[in-house]
Amino acid sequence: MTRIDAKFAALKAEGRKAFVSYIMAGDPDFDSSLQLMKGLPAAGVDVIELGLPFTDPMADGPTIQLAGQRALEAGQTLDRTLAMARSFREGDDTTPIVMMGYYNPIYSRGVDRFLAEAKEAGIDGLIIVDLPPEEDTELCIPAQKAGLNFIRLATPTTDDRRLPKVLQNTSGFVYYVSITGITGAANAEAGDVGPEVARIKAQTDLPVIVGFGIKTPEAAEAIASVADGAVVGSAIVKLVEEGRPVPEILDFVAGLAAGAHRA
Amino acid sequence: MAEDLVNSFMTGPDENGRFGIFGGRFVSETLMPLILDLEAEYEKAKTDASFWAEMDDLWKHYVGRPSPLYFAPRLTEHLGGAKVYMKRDELNHTGAHKINNVLGQILLARRMGKERIIAETGAGQHGVATATVCAKFGLKCVVYMGAHDVERQAPNVFRMRLLGAEVVPVTSGRGTLKDAMNDALRDWVTNVRDTFYCIGTVAGPHPYPAMVRDFQSIIGKEVRWQLAEQEGEGRLPDTVIAAIGGGSNAMGLFYPFLDDPSVNIIGVEAGGKGVDDRMQHCASLTGGRPGVLHGNRTYLLQDDDGQILEGFSISAGLDYPGIGPEHSWLHDTGRAQYVSITDDEALAAFQLCCQLEGIIPALEPSHALAHVTKIAPGLPKDHIIVMNMCGRGDKDIFTVARHLGFDMGG
Repeated sequence: MTRIDAKFAALKAEGRKAFVSYIMAGDPDFDSSLQLMKGLPAAGVDVIELGLPFTDPMADGPTIQLAGQRALEAGQTLDRTLAMARSFREGDDTTPIVMMGYYNPIYSRGVDRFLAEAKEAGIDGLIIVDLPPEEDTELCIPAQKAGLNFIRLATPTTDDRRLPKVLQNTSGFVYYVSITGITGAANAEAGDVGPEVARIKAQTDLPVIVGFGIKTPEAAEAIASVADGAVVGSAIVKLVEEGRPVPEILDFVAGLAAGAHRA
Repeated sequence: MAEDLVNSFMTGPDENGRFGIFGGRFVSETLMPLILDLEAEYEKAKTDASFWAEMDDLWKHYVGRPSPLYFAPRLTEHLGGAKVYMKRDELNHTGAHKINNVLGQILLARRMGKERIIAETGAGQHGVATATVCAKFGLKCVVYMGAHDVERQAPNVFRMRLLGAEVVPVTSGRGTLKDAMNDALRDWVTNVRDTFYCIGTVAGPHPYPAMVRDFQSIIGKEVRWQLAEQEGEGRLPDTVIAAIGGGSNAMGLFYPFLDDPSVNIIGVEAGGKGVDDRMQHCASLTGGRPGVLHGNRTYLLQDDDGQILEGFSISAGLDYPGIGPEHSWLHDTGRAQYVSITDDEALAAFQLCCQLEGIIPALEPSHALAHVTKIAPGLPKDHIIVMNMCGRGDKDIFTVARHLGFDMGG
C-alpha cells in the first residue's frame, strides 16, 4: 500500500473529500518552493502534486508554462526536484507526493534509474501527461512494478468504449480533467462534472479526483461535492508568479482546502 | 527488393505507429480518441479510389502536378561531375511542396466533418498552403507562427491574412516553429471536438508521420517515371538529396526509393553556425539524441536533463529541434545518410543557383543544393543526382539581402 492508498483509505474512513494542490518544483527558486511545499500539509493539503519543469509543457496554459520557465532559469533539474522530495520527507512521512510532468526528462534519465531514485526520494505516484494507455509499456507498467502509483488522466473525450482501457493500469486515484483544454483556462462546472465522475465511478473503485479550471474555495467545494476531491494548480502558481510571500500563498491554499473539506 | 517484405524499408510504421523505437503516440488523453478516429479515417481513405481520384484531380488542376524534373545543365557543367536534376516542387501552387500534404489532410477533415483547421508554420509555407486550401473549401483557418518567424517571414504572414486565415504570433519560448507547434497542440486540446490539426511535416503522433509521408511521396513517385522518361527505361537516380527540418519533402522524395539499394539517400540538416558545442544549429540527427516531444520519439536537440534546446538556422523552415521519426529510424538502420550544411554554405548555393540556372531557391532547398555542390565534383559524369527543389525563394529575399549587406529599404 502506497502513501496515496493509505491517505485515501483514511479520508474515506473519515468521510472527507481530498484536497490536492499542485506547485511547480523550483518556482521561483529551490528554497522558496521547498518552504511552500513543507507548509502545504498544515494548510490542509491531502496530496501534493509536485510539478517537474519542462521546456515544452504542451497541455499547460501560460501560468504553468511561465512557472516552468522560472524554475528552469533558477537552475531546477530532475535531481533538484528529487532533492526537494527527500527534504520534505525528513519532516513528513505520510503526505503523498505525486510527481506531475512530461515524459522526456524521465526518458532522458532512463526509466529504471528514475524509478529507483524517485522511490528512494519518497515519491509515491506519477502523472505523466503525454503517456496515454497506448504507451503503457514505457513507464506505467515499470512504475507499478517499482511500487509507485501511475495515475491516469480521464477527460471529457474519454468515452465509455475507451474508459476501460484508461482505467486498466491506473492506480492510486483517477484524475478527471474537467474541461477539454489546458491548465488554468476555462472554469470547471460542477453540473457538467458530476455525471462524468459518476460515469467513471461506475467502472472503478478508485477515488476520482477532479482538476483543471478550479480557482476559488467555492469552486473547490462545488467540485469536491460531486467527486472524491478537487485539485487546484494554476490559481496557486499564479500567486508565486505575482511574487507573494509564502505565508500569504499558504493562507490562500488553506482557504481552498477548507472549501474542498466543506464538501 | 520490394517483394521481399521481411527486408523492406517500406512497411513501417507498425500498428503502434513505431518505426523501430521511433514514433508512437505520446499525447494527452484528451487528444487520444481523436487521433484514433483520424487513424481510422485515414485507413479508410487510403484504400478508397474516390479519395485518390479527388486528390489526383486537385493535384493536377489546382496544384499543377506533376512538377517538372529538370536537368540543370550549367550547374552540372560548373560542378564538373555528376548530372544534377532538380525536382521542381517550387513550381507548385503556393510555391512549395507543402500543399501536396495539405490537400490530403483537408480532404480528410472534410470527411470527418471538421470545419475549423489549425496549423503551425515556420517559414510560413505550410501556413500559406493551409490558408489557401481552407479558402478554397470555405473552412475557418487559424495558423500558429512563432513571433520571431512572423518578423522574418513578413510576406507570408500577409499572404495568409489575404487568404482569410487568422495568424497567431506565438511568444512562448524563443518564438519559432517548436513553440508554434506547442500552441497549436494547446488549441487542439481546447477545441478538440470541431477542430482538425493539419500538421505540416512528417512528425507528431501516429498517424501523422505516415500520413504526411504518403501524401508527399507523390514527389518520389513522379521522379521514378520522369527520370525513366528522360534517361531511359528502368534508370533510377544514383543519389537523391533533400533538405530536412521536420523532413516532409525529404520523406516524399526518399520513400519510393527505400527498397532500391542502388539509390543512395542523403538528408541535409541545417547546420546553422556549425554543428558543435555552441548548439547554434538544427541538426537533430548529427547533434541530438533520442527523446520524446510533440507526440513522437525521435532524435532531439536537448540538454543532459532532457530539456529541449532551441534550434538555430538562417532558414525558418528548418528551425526545429526535432526530426520526423522515420528519418531517425532510417538514420539508425543506415539506410539513409544524414549530413549538415551551415548557413554560409546554404547562402553560397542560393546565389550559385540564381546565377547558373535562373532559379531563386528557398533557403531550405539551398541546404540540399549546397551538399550537391560538395559531392557532385567527385562523382562520375554518368552518376545521376536528383535534389528536391522543394520551395522557391521569394519569401527569403529580405533575409538573404540582409546577410549579403544589401539595403532593401523599409
